[in-house]
Amino acid sequence: METSIAKEQSAAEKDIYLPQPATLTRVEPMTGLDYFYEVTMDSGKDLGHMPGQFVEVSVTGVGEAPISISSSPTRKGVFEMVIRRVGNVTQALHKKKAGDKVGIRGPFGTTFPVDTNLKGKNIIFIGGGIGMVPLRSAIQYVLDKRKDYGKVVILSGTRTPQDRLFTAEMAEWGKMENVVLLETADQPAPDWKGHVGVITTLFPMVKLGGGPWAAVVCGPPIMYKFVIRELRHLQVPNQNIFISLERRMKCGVGKCGHCQINGLYVCQDGPVFRYKDLFDLQEAI
Amino acid sequence: MTVKQLDPGYLNGWVDGLLLNQTIIGPVERDGHFVFEPINKVSDMRLDYDVTALPPKKFLLPPKEVLMTFNNGAHYQSVFESDPFVLFGVHPYDVKAIAQMDRVFTEKQEDQHYLARRAKCSIVALDVLTISPNNFSGCMDAAVTQEGWDILLSKVGNVYLAEARTDKGQALMRYLAPTPAATPEQLKERERLWEKNKQDQQKHKLKCAPQDLPDLLNRNYEHPIWQERADQCFSCGACNIVCPTCYCFDVQDDVDWSLNCGTRCRSWDGCLLRDFATVAGGHNFRKRSAERFRHRFYRKAKYMPEKMGELTCVGCGRCVSACVPKISNPVEVYNTLWGD
Repeated sequence: METSIAKEQSAAEKDIYLPQPATLTRVEPMTGLDYFYEVTMDSGKDLGHMPGQFVEVSVTGVGEAPISISSSPTRKGVFEMVIRRVGNVTQALHKKKAGDKVGIRGPFGTTFPVDTNLKGKNIIFIGGGIGMVPLRSAIQYVLDKRKDYGKVVILSGTRTPQDRLFTAEMAEWGKMENVVLLETADQPAPDWKGHVGVITTLFPMVKLGGGPWAAVVCGPPIMYKFVIRELRHLQVPNQNIFISLERRMKCGVGKCGHCQINGLYVCQDGPVFRYKDLFDLQEAI
Repeated sequence: MTVKQLDPGYLNGWVDGLLLNQTIIGPVERDGHFVFEPINKVSDMRLDYDVTALPPKKFLLPPKEVLMTFNNGAHYQSVFESDPFVLFGVHPYDVKAIAQMDRVFTEKQEDQHYLARRAKCSIVALDVLTISPNNFSGCMDAAVTQEGWDILLSKVGNVYLAEARTDKGQALMRYLAPTPAATPEQLKERERLWEKNKQDQQKHKLKCAPQDLPDLLNRNYEHPIWQERADQCFSCGACNIVCPTCYCFDVQDDVDWSLNCGTRCRSWDGCLLRDFATVAGGHNFRKRSAERFRHRFYRKAKYMPEKMGELTCVGCGRCVSACVPKISNPVEVYNTLWGD
């Protein structure tokens, strides 16, 4: 006979809301608002994610927030996040130091199809602001398995030059063969020699040719419809456009109802969607 | 399974016997309304109630419940605390709503917190004796119930018929003094009661079949009714709170004075509330009240049916009564969309 303690312990093991303990092994400021974190699961296991997925990060006494994973699973042992200070949980995370503990649930959600639809194609990545954070996971994955993909174009836009993330790493990407990196800032700054304008102003410089192209897009809600218009000019078909959507993914397991777009749960049916599946869906973009 | 007959004296003796070692939650009158709450004696209960202010979901998904605790800044630990209880006198529409919640919290990923409570709950269903003024469960295939309960009580003439369908139901019936089986005539009478309840529990009459609703909504996303009605909406969320099939929740951490110990709790949330779809940073993905108002109707009669295969409005009519500006009557909305 199963005792009540045994029953409760087995229920606790299956508790979909219970975070797993993890340690912040590196914490570094990136911009005035964004911090970089390297996370090691205390279990010693890999997180087991794919690019595009997210985790729920817990700070005891403060709460839990959905955070996208910024590193590629090709890089083992740890995973990385970049977190902007916008709410209670992220504010508490910004006070954490290396060695501090957090709780992690996940990984959750759909992935950029790096092993299927994107394979063998040329890829244009378009990241607006902190949209670059989840894109970095896919970009690293593609660059780590370079032979599996064609040309790579990366468009990155931020509000000001000071908001740019991963600057050193992006400079390395830009030097790689068959990789084109174009950056812009919405607002000029005295020491910024680069392009000025919203991200769509980079498109006249983009020439896609030779072989099938796919697009991977992540940015603020306002960005999508303008970027998709540009992708249409470039004749990237809707079924080859993959976008990551932000919603209030409170539980991550399709129960709490907050992230719903019509009948879809972004935490499970997304956050990565094929544009073809969204373009006639109200409230999505 | 045999159906027993219980004259009212037997029923009282049975419930009083159960009360010796069971928590029983039944319909009780409070300030001119009915509520489900734990009873002390059988006479507390009003089995002739028409509808309760809140559905019995509050005992399976409490308005606020502790999911985990944490101590001295250490990691979270799951909490499962609930004692066995009997939900007594649950009307068929609420039985159907609970069966749907069971699916929501079981399918794809099991919610151990809900399931722990549910496992300790036995349901004694009761065919409606008094029909509330806004009950339209007869239009929503929810006026009578053939599943989702452990025992079904039906009042036929001066006696109750009691049918147990599950092991839990059989266990409760063991507390019953020997009593005769229902006669064939009484069973026929019960079927006539079911037919009558299906007809009579249509205080608002739906012009179409409930199966037509998903397609009806499919065609009317941009219909002016959403804006017209939402113009009077207070975004108070009362329709969510009283709904037996609304289960959306928020999760928050509470800390004690030491700031080192505390709990992670979940509490009811409602999609009509202004900030339901707001993310950190302030962007609200359903900013207009018309969008929130529409979302709830679509969720009940399109999104959930597409996932579960049945409507998640059971026609209890509580939202009709609870809505202050009187805009939430689902039958009025659907009939307007359907036209003449």
